[in-house]
Amino acid sequence: MAWFQKSEVVIAGILVLAMILIGLVNPAFWSLDNMFSLLRSNIIIGIMALGVLLVMISGGIDVSFPAFAVAAMYLTIKGMLYFNYDGVVLPFVAAATMGALFGCLNAFFVYKFRMIPLIVTLGTGSMVRGFLLGVVGTSMININKMPDALIDFGKSDIINMVKPDGTTFGLTAMILVYVGLAIALHFVLRYTMIGRGVYALGGDPEAASRVGFNIRKITFFIYCVAGALAGFAGLLHSGMIWLANPRDFVGLELDVIAAVVLGGASIFGGRGSVLGTMLGVFMLVMVKNSLIIMKIDTTWQRVVVGVIIVIATAITAWRDRRANA
Amino acid sequence: MKNAMDFRNLLNKDNNIVQLIMMTILIFVVMTALSPDKFLRYYNFESITYTFPELGLLSIAMMIAMLTGGIDLSVIGIANLSGIFAGVMFKKFATDAGVADTGFGIVLMGGVIALGTGLVAGALNGLLITRLKITPILATLGTGQIFTGLAIVMTGGPAIVGFPNAWAFIGNGKILGLATPFVLFVVLACLIAFMLRRTTFGINLMLIGTNPKAALFAGLKREKMVLLSYMLTGVMASIAGIILSGRTNAAKSDYGTSYLLQAVLIAVLGGTNPAGGRGTVLGVSIAVVALMLLSSGFQILRFSNHLIDFIWGAFLLLVIALNAYKNRTR
Amino acid sequence: MSENFIELRNVRKEFAGVVALNDLSLTIRKGEIHCLAGENGSGKSTLIKVMSGVYQPDAGEVHIDGNRVENLSPMASIEHGVQVIYQDFSLFGNLTVAENLAMNVQLREQRRVLSWRRVREIAKEAVNRLGVELDLDKDVEQLPTAGKQLVAIARALMSDARLIIMDEPTTALTGKEIETLFRIVKDIQSRGIAILFVSHKMREMLEISEHITVIRNGQKVADGPTSDFDEALITRHMTGSDIVSEPYIWNREKYGVMPPRVETRDLSSGSDLDKINLSIKPGEIVGVSGLLGSGRTELALALFGMMPGYSGTIAINGQETTLDTPQDAIKAGVAYVPEDRLSEGLFLTQGIDRNMLSTSYEKLAPGLLIDQNKAEEWVETMIRDMQIATPTGKKLVKELSGGNQQRVVIARWLLTNAKFLILNGPTVGVDVGSKAEIHRIIRELAQKEGLAVLMISDDVPELVHNCNRIVLMHRGAFVEEMASVDTSEDQISDKLKNLT
Repeated sequence: MAWFQKSEVVIAGILVLAMILIGLVNPAFWSLDNMFSLLRSNIIIGIMALGVLLVMISGGIDVSFPAFAVAAMYLTIKGMLYFNYDGVVLPFVAAATMGALFGCLNAFFVYKFRMIPLIVTLGTGSMVRGFLLGVVGTSMININKMPDALIDFGKSDIINMVKPDGTTFGLTAMILVYVGLAIALHFVLRYTMIGRGVYALGGDPEAASRVGFNIRKITFFIYCVAGALAGFAGLLHSGMIWLANPRDFVGLELDVIAAVVLGGASIFGGRGSVLGTMLGVFMLVMVKNSLIIMKIDTTWQRVVVGVIIVIATAITAWRDRRANA
Repeated sequence: MKNAMDFRNLLNKDNNIVQLIMMTILIFVVMTALSPDKFLRYYNFESITYTFPELGLLSIAMMIAMLTGGIDLSVIGIANLSGIFAGVMFKKFATDAGVADTGFGIVLMGGVIALGTGLVAGALNGLLITRLKITPILATLGTGQIFTGLAIVMTGGPAIVGFPNAWAFIGNGKILGLATPFVLFVVLACLIAFMLRRTTFGINLMLIGTNPKAALFAGLKREKMVLLSYMLTGVMASIAGIILSGRTNAAKSDYGTSYLLQAVLIAVLGGTNPAGGRGTVLGVSIAVVALMLLSSGFQILRFSNHLIDFIWGAFLLLVIALNAYKNRTR
Repeated sequence: MSENFIELRNVRKEFAGVVALNDLSLTIRKGEIHCLAGENGSGKSTLIKVMSGVYQPDAGEVHIDGNRVENLSPMASIEHGVQVIYQDFSLFGNLTVAENLAMNVQLREQRRVLSWRRVREIAKEAVNRLGVELDLDKDVEQLPTAGKQLVAIARALMSDARLIIMDEPTTALTGKEIETLFRIVKDIQSRGIAILFVSHKMREMLEISEHITVIRNGQKVADGPTSDFDEALITRHMTGSDIVSEPYIWNREKYGVMPPRVETRDLSSGSDLDKINLSIKPGEIVGVSGLLGSGRTELALALFGMMPGYSGTIAINGQETTLDTPQDAIKAGVAYVPEDRLSEGLFLTQGIDRNMLSTSYEKLAPGLLIDQNKAEEWVETMIRDMQIATPTGKKLVKELSGGNQQRVVIARWLLTNAKFLILNGPTVGVDVGSKAEIHRIIRELAQKEGLAVLMISDDVPELVHNCNRIVLMHRGAFVEEMASVDTSEDQISDKLKNLT
């Protein structure tokens, strides 16, 4: 276990260093206002990252989740409008279920046909998004049409403060949802047999089936949970921005995968932790958001993200090689 | 059990081309039956010869990366960036008469810049993969962001419109009555096919993809060959970018993003093993033609682009399932 | 209660029309050490999979404790107490020793939630049962091979095993480790647990087992108490023919006057190699014996240019050369047949031709293109010279037997005109018949062509019969050199055991 802890300590160390650096360039970084908005930006990408983490520990990769998220979100809200339903719990259950069903599709192809997850998820992602935009529709659902309960839920804060100039700001309560899901996943990964099975599968699939793990069950679990998390995050996102856009989340897979890799998970499977992933997400979001604070043109954002991915993967590759040497 | 699976794969290897041809004929027949008057028009096929080469080249590029067990997710980024660099240069050198009449020498320089972009971008991928030992998926995912990001920085967002006429000829012109992109594709495909079968480089790629460790012990220059293969992939992508910008007379950071999935799909459909060691230009070429027929047929039937994306995705999954069924896993 | 634990009666198994097991019967009594002997491809692994429930026999019966068992599944097999320790141990390198040890128990108890305290308890008990020391908090991938094997055995014991099947357990072990293993096996037996020892190493079988079953081509060809067998008899049953080998004599008159093919002075590399002085003349076959980790593989790698940054000098054919890459070594005339043929030596899904030519393509393509005619000619010549059983050079290497595969690897190097051949475990996983054939080829090459050979092997008889000199390596250094005519197998085995 010392190994894992070490890797998280390293990530945390780099994170603190980066924070100090950004704070030096612009002290406004440390304002509560900025911190709260930073935390807020962590939520959606973080929940999705939890799903990707699960897939990565098992030795796979998932690029379909943004499509699943947007489909679950859009279909749920369409459904709410159709049935004139205004609530919170049921829609989230519906969105997560939809995501899980999409995830089943991934699991089915990965397990049954033993195809490389990257290619399977490229296919399912394209299918689901194509279906959503081609069959369901391409029009945005704006704030005036959005279900009120969802917006109210998205608006709830745990801390409310007033700035000297009279405007209020707060820390969204959604952060609790994110942290709760993270703790739950941590518990599952660390203290349940199926969680350990995910690590076993990522470590050596052949051995996992020999010692008696039910590979089919574990594969379905992994991709369904990843899908459910994506669906959940999708709906939460629309509740937080008061908008349901069926073209949302395009290209988000890159950010999320980058965050998970930053968090120390190995793309070869078997390694990764919830805490590390959360740190990775925080790091990525912080750097992206701080470009503005640091007065760097936003057009550079993608370049910066790309550079971060390359550096982070280079470091993990170097670490893995050293560990194996 | 895995061995048995590979074995059946191999029995099917020679059939693969036959199956692809049969599939192409089937698509042709079905589309003809559905909409004979529109599908069978000469214009339809002619327009396919203009549109498929860029995707075909990207698919061949993808196949080359897959031969060593890798993948290149940055091909679209490279293609766009190549077009944009050339476009930016043309704007710089534009005379008062406008970009369209730019001299031949400058167009040639634009070509060199575009190809050079592909070469450098590919070399970057190759170095990250061979020197820093980053997994190809992650390395090219990252560089893809960088290339696309640079494209945004160069253009500031909107497309660069207006390319020299000579440049447009590459994407729109005709040589001996055939579409220039088509001629270019055939020439390049033959070259690559020949290279894969008859040169040390080509065969080394196959061997490295089959078993990288054994390649090391057989004294193959693994790193050099993989680096070269990504450079070749990059150049192929930049040629696709040249054709794309020539054909549309514009270059933008997010053109052709749906090509990425399609290139992977076509490579796999064409019999390339994503785990490395197997793949032919012929297979990929037939696959791209088959899928372009399919896609144009659906367009004639007035399916939206999104629905075509859906169909491509479904097709990829179907291919996976069929291949697996053919090899009877589990 | 029956005295037999498991009994297979007239079992038959086919794969796509190919008969893997034919009317095979096997009885393992409670608490006995039973040896299953057979060449590669004789049906040993299919038999293991039938007993462990991975395969269902097409015909025949499986009886456990005297009761017929139908449709034995992997889970049912484990519940009956059958545990298989595969060659790769089926452990999880990314998890700790403790978790690996506790994994099976937790799974069998069908736990959903796991308590790490209980994991530790189980692990401690497992280690105590086996009576060994293991660091429970280490990741398994950090353990040496012998350590991994101990974890696998301890894990099997925790599953209330009544029969432990060990698939080639000694392959990756040497001297002392094998001794430890045998002590543990006997200890396990004393608790009434039966052991099925699957092997093709004759000496080990005779040493450890009480009962031997020999199979060939999916059929049982002999069984009986071990006292009824000797090495020659087992060999005869396994191969269906007698094999006699004469010791190798170096042609000193012819080659003694020539300069050495390879000569090292104080070759050192980190803690792996310590001042190695080695000189091999043409026609010599020099054997290297030593425990795993003695530096023998590192010596081979250094001579093949895979340990850059070594100190000391290496001279090939009297020319001092720097060998920093395999390409340097190949250019100098060094060839290396690696230990693990399947993962390091061959391109399994490619044809014989590409496998043979892999190192020669640059020579075949002086310009840009490969000379196809020359390539074909080379391949045909090699197939003929090496007597590889194939109708065409296009045949895929994975369809060849182990012996033929190894010949392909050797042929690859002959095509480069190598003058110095390093063989690391030249006949590991090669059946007895091909083994003799490969030895014959190597000896002929040395004797007639003046090839210098360095042969690294765990198989002491192999060294004694095929080498004119044998050096003993330990902790990266040469500790002793023997002329093989003056040395017996037992002497070397004893020396290996006494190394510490």
